[in-house]
Amino acid sequence: MENLVPHFIELIRRSSTDLPADMETALRRAREQEDPTSAAQSTLDVILENVRLSRERSTPICQDTGTPIFYIYYPAGWSTLALKQQIRTAVAEATARSYLRPNSVDTLTGKNPGNNLGDDFPSFHFEEWEEDYLKVDLMLKGGGCENVGAQYSLPDTRLGANRDLEGVRRAVLDAVQQAQGMGCAPAVIGVAVGGDRGASYIKSKEQFYRPLDDTNPDPKLAALEGRLTREANTLGIGPMGFGGKTTVLSVKIDSLERLPASYFVTASYMCWADRRRTLIYRNGQVTIE
Amino acid sequence: MTSIDLHIPISEEQIRSLHVGDQVRLYGVVITARDAAHKYIEDTFMHASAIPDSEQAVHEELKRLWAGGVMYHCGPVVSRDAAGRWRFVSAGPTTSIREEPYEADVIHHFGLRAVIGKGGMGPKTLAACREYGAVYLHAVGGAATLIADSVQEVLTVFKKDELGVPEAFWVVRVDGFPAVVTMDAHGQSLHEKVFEASKQRLAELV
Repeated sequence: MENLVPHFIELIRRSSTDLPADMETALRRAREQEDPTSAAQSTLDVILENVRLSRERSTPICQDTGTPIFYIYYPAGWSTLALKQQIRTAVAEATARSYLRPNSVDTLTGKNPGNNLGDDFPSFHFEEWEEDYLKVDLMLKGGGCENVGAQYSLPDTRLGANRDLEGVRRAVLDAVQQAQGMGCAPAVIGVAVGGDRGASYIKSKEQFYRPLDDTNPDPKLAALEGRLTREANTLGIGPMGFGGKTTVLSVKIDSLERLPASYFVTASYMCWADRRRTLIYRNGQVTIE
Repeated sequence: MTSIDLHIPISEEQIRSLHVGDQVRLYGVVITARDAAHKYIEDTFMHASAIPDSEQAVHEELKRLWAGGVMYHCGPVVSRDAAGRWRFVSAGPTTSIREEPYEADVIHHFGLRAVIGKGGMGPKTLAACREYGAVYLHAVGGAATLIADSVQEVLTVFKKDELGVPEAFWVVRVDGFPAVVTMDAHGQSLHEKVFEASKQRLAELV
């Protein structure tokens, strides 16, 4: 297999230092909507200036470079073992170059190995596909926003939430209100309905790979995504929780099969520093989007 | 909006003159401390019958620098140049509420005048701010390159090997570090207000 390590390092550098265009556009639009002289607008100004500086200087947008989550789609015949090894090498090197903070800690001993490598760190998902090229999606998922993610088991008496889309709506609004500014609003909310607890959390985070302005192919979910975005923005939490009109930039929802006994609604929270990039390797050529 | 300059150490009088919504800029020595640092402080300085000899020097230094001083909830990305000098590359605030069980005691023990972080803190810390004369300052979460810009110099670091880079006590000199007062010494908290208002709105929506 070809040595792709330098390209994986570049994928990490771009993810950490260069906010995707769809996020930046949404933040700019939000800035225009906030009142001039409000804390909300000056906060968005600081955020946008930080985005510009980080790109220019190639330094991490946020010091919490999060859990690097890799989704790897490969044609038949590739070695996932070799791919994993190369990506791990790239992660350690990206850490040495200060594109990533040494972020992985042994939970029992408290030891930080300093290179972001552990038995279960970074996080990998491999999927063989029918395409003839390799695709690697990387997301850097910060800890502050991870901590405010929430899972609901419906029905929920407190929320009056039943096992239907109205129940989903109530659960998601509750999660956004509970999170306040602590997950670094304005946020993207990824929602999964169904599954077991673990699968539901994974599916909710996979929503963050979707382009911000896409349309859900399911018209009912598309309508609910729009409604939740509008309603969440009437909560008045605002950028960083200072108050304001922009609490979420987008809500993305998907469903997965469930057992008759279970009905989970999982809301994962992604901070405004929604760092994700994609590497494509085709016919010996690498592109990073 | 004009901002108020705070030179560290800060007097109790100046801290008590601040109100929620005031924008400030900090000048002087700030020390980072987050989750593991708070646990270390609690275990080593607060609950121990006597501070072990090995930890006396750190305690003395923290006492000296934090009297009228400022704590920053932050786990930075750092780099080290060929001469061995540390530099802050990316250094935004981390979520503060995790330190809520400890912070009131820590403010009292060291005589802190300000704690910088993000997301705000709870009633125990708010009461300590009023009682001892301190404020909570909010920095913009994620604005890490911009904030690192105001860090002029890394003076030293305590407990790096034991706690790891993000969790160590980094002693830095800042020049114009930007923040907003969101909890003041008069019992006011912007976080409490926004929480209550959003809770009411949620009740209308569901």
